[in-house]
Amino acid sequence: MDYVNIRRQAASIRKGLFDQGYLDEQFYQLEDLQDDASPNFVDEVVTLFFRDSLRLMANIDQALDKCAKDFNKLDVYMQQLKGSCTSIGASKMKTECTAFRDYCRDENIEGCMRSFQKLKREHSVLRQKLESYFQQLRQAGPIECATRPSK
Amino acid sequence: MASYSTGAEGSSQELLHVLAVDDSLVDRKVITGLLRKSKYRVTAVDSGKRALELLDSEPNVNMIITDYSMPEMTGYELLKKLKESSELCQIPVVIMSSENVPTRINRCLEEGAEGFLLKPVQLSDVSRLCNRVLR
Repeated sequence: MDYVNIRRQAASIRKGLFDQGYLDEQFYQLEDLQDDASPNFVDEVVTLFFRDSLRLMANIDQALDKCAKDFNKLDVYMQQLKGSCTSIGASKMKTECTAFRDYCRDENIEGCMRSFQKLKREHSVLRQKLESYFQQLRQAGPIECATRPSK
Repeated sequence: MASYSTGAEGSSQELLHVLAVDDSLVDRKVITGLLRKSKYRVTAVDSGKRALELLDSEPNVNMIITDYSMPEMTGYELLKKLKESSELCQIPVVIMSSENVPTRINRCLEEGAEGFLLKPVQLSDVSRLCNRVLR
């Protein structure tokens, strides 16, 4: 297996995630927490994030489906999701969460629904890219260590 | 069984024990990682209620770090209960929040919180705060 090329691909995916604004500096914080004692820390956090965000988005979907729109409840769910996005550095998702909460504050249900669709798309893209990244890292093996990109 | 390490040690060379309280699965993982990297022993629970249950059975907690916004019992409500308890009032409590609300921060500090951290919490925040609080 060509480990050099695999590592290069992983590095390229990672750089793209930052350059295209999917991830922000908070992701570096997670990488800094990864060490010999927790060698898969970032992968574990991201896995938890996608599991939890699916649950939160399902709650929001259900709440949006109800005839009587409870903007307070929608805002609470979105606050939780935004918190998780912030914690892993999911920058584009975080921006969409903020937009959704603004629409909640204005009680603009159409705005909420548009924003939520966009959020779901961002979630899907981020998930696909990060899954691809971690898949490459696993193939590259333990020699691959997260390093900050040169600025 | 005690864990031994250099770093954030008590006088007996044991790791200091921090109880982290956060209803968010992701944030519990992250704060646990931050505290472990800073060489603290960590127990993470998902609610104020569970925190109080644990403190009932596990008295050796050196600091509590809790999220503010939690269902059923907020971090502020947990802080109040801790400060009302003769057994638990001496344990330093730090509050975390994703929202920068001055009235919220002031209320927690007035109630006896040792510090208030804005999320996302950084490694430097944990080091600075824990060194001050647990010195």
